[in-house]
Amino acid sequence: MHRKLPALTADNRAFWQGGEQGRLFMHWCEDCTRYFHPPGPVCPKCASLSVRPKEVSGKATVVSFTINYQPWTPNLAAPFAIAIVELPEQTGLRFLSNVEEPVEQVYIGMPLRVVFEQQEDVWIPLFIKD
Amino acid sequence: MSTRLYEKEVAITGIGQSEVGRPSQLSGMRLTVDACLQAIADAGLERSDIDGIACWPGDNNNGDSFSPVGPNALKNALGLEVNWFGGGYEGPGPLAGVINGAMAIASGLCKHVLVFRTITESSSRLINKQASALTNKTAGRDSSFAWQWYTPFNVLSAVNLMAIYAQRHFHEYGTKPEQLAQIALTCRKHAQLNPKAVYRSPMSMDDYMQSRMISSPLRMFDCDVHCDASTAIILSHKDAARDTKNPPIRIEAIGAALNQPWSWDQISLTEGAAFDVSKMMWSRTDLKPKDVKSAQLYDGFSILTMIWLEALGLCPRGESGNFIEGGQRISLTGQLPLNTNGGQLSGGRTHGLGYLHEACLQLWGKAGERQIADHQVAVTAAGGGPLGGSLLLVKE
Repeated sequence: MHRKLPALTADNRAFWQGGEQGRLFMHWCEDCTRYFHPPGPVCPKCASLSVRPKEVSGKATVVSFTINYQPWTPNLAAPFAIAIVELPEQTGLRFLSNVEEPVEQVYIGMPLRVVFEQQEDVWIPLFIKD
Repeated sequence: MSTRLYEKEVAITGIGQSEVGRPSQLSGMRLTVDACLQAIADAGLERSDIDGIACWPGDNNNGDSFSPVGPNALKNALGLEVNWFGGGYEGPGPLAGVINGAMAIASGLCKHVLVFRTITESSSRLINKQASALTNKTAGRDSSFAWQWYTPFNVLSAVNLMAIYAQRHFHEYGTKPEQLAQIALTCRKHAQLNPKAVYRSPMSMDDYMQSRMISSPLRMFDCDVHCDASTAIILSHKDAARDTKNPPIRIEAIGAALNQPWSWDQISLTEGAAFDVSKMMWSRTDLKPKDVKSAQLYDGFSILTMIWLEALGLCPRGESGNFIEGGQRISLTGQLPLNTNGGQLSGGRTHGLGYLHEACLQLWGKAGERQIADHQVAVTAAGGGPLGGSLLLVKE
């Protein structure tokens, strides 16, 4: 499916390109010993610059979701599932993604694991039922 | 920090609104001029009395139909000589123009600020159906600090994010589709008494349930309807307000909390910014939620209206579904008439200032067939997700 790709920066590169090695990275503050998202050059909690991408397990659960039925553009294959997923590494550590399968059976609390879809130099982290 | 409450120095003295077209044959600038001249006259002022202009979001997208006219263009068109003007997207949502204008008055820069909001999303869709899709907002790769985290997953409309909030609301509180439907049904009922409303034909629960699913659980009728329109509000210093035509409507309290993460996926899905906005607003007044006799609450998507009802304390948290069930409480004769002009769902997506315009019409007893009982205290709120602002209004 066609996807608009993110502009890569020194801050977000690990998140969008980790999938090249099949790895999911989230940003980690060495001082707080906490993850934060979206990634940035500074920890929003303690303003430490000692931050880096750190690998996570790639497991997640669905916090909430929607099935999109509207074909917003001609090259969109609806329906598809959009979910906010939370990672087991830390309460509240979450991001938005797609649940690739099964699309219309997604439910809140559903266990997931990450898969990657490569487009150009971006490896988009998507999820399937675990 | 000073305890001075700046909004107490500011009153609303005039309102104006252009035709609400779907589409309009008029230019965005003409719609704006119609609204602004009407508002100036409504206040009993002259063009030369206006010494400030405020607008949200301003012309930040170079003529984009979401906001085709900004303060600079309007200043030129109307030949206004002002001490201050400002626009721009960053701020507490669609009421930001009012909030900024009130600050300009309280700071002593201005006496009478013209606040406006113009939108031409209906006519732009005749040319390009995808005009407002997020994918069209930035050419090439997405470098927006917020949207780059959504558009790669084909979140191309805000409805997807609102649907995720609605799904969570259903999950946590047991909210039912029949309850959510009451926002759309109530708006449609009220729109039938508003000659300017876009959708005026009757709508039944069956009509709602059979409408197309856009992004579950939100259906077509949970999404507001595009239009071409401009709305204008005159804010005046309370001392200057005494000389104007209408009984001043005081801004009793402003809510404009900005401390949630500015992000659609990192905030609390059942609260957004709305609960913080409300906390700020109620901390700046002795009035209580029970004093509010009418509410004009953002319904860009129906679920947001439910969140605002809870956030503002107009019903207990998680209980907006029960509160609106059957629609009686939020009808024109109910305990809390809601979106009395049909909101954006049926009235038209005037985007923010339309609610304030309607609140003033109702307080001044000028709402025609849809006029509700005489009252002094009204609330309006606009925004969703990380955006949010609210105004508590008191008619003198």
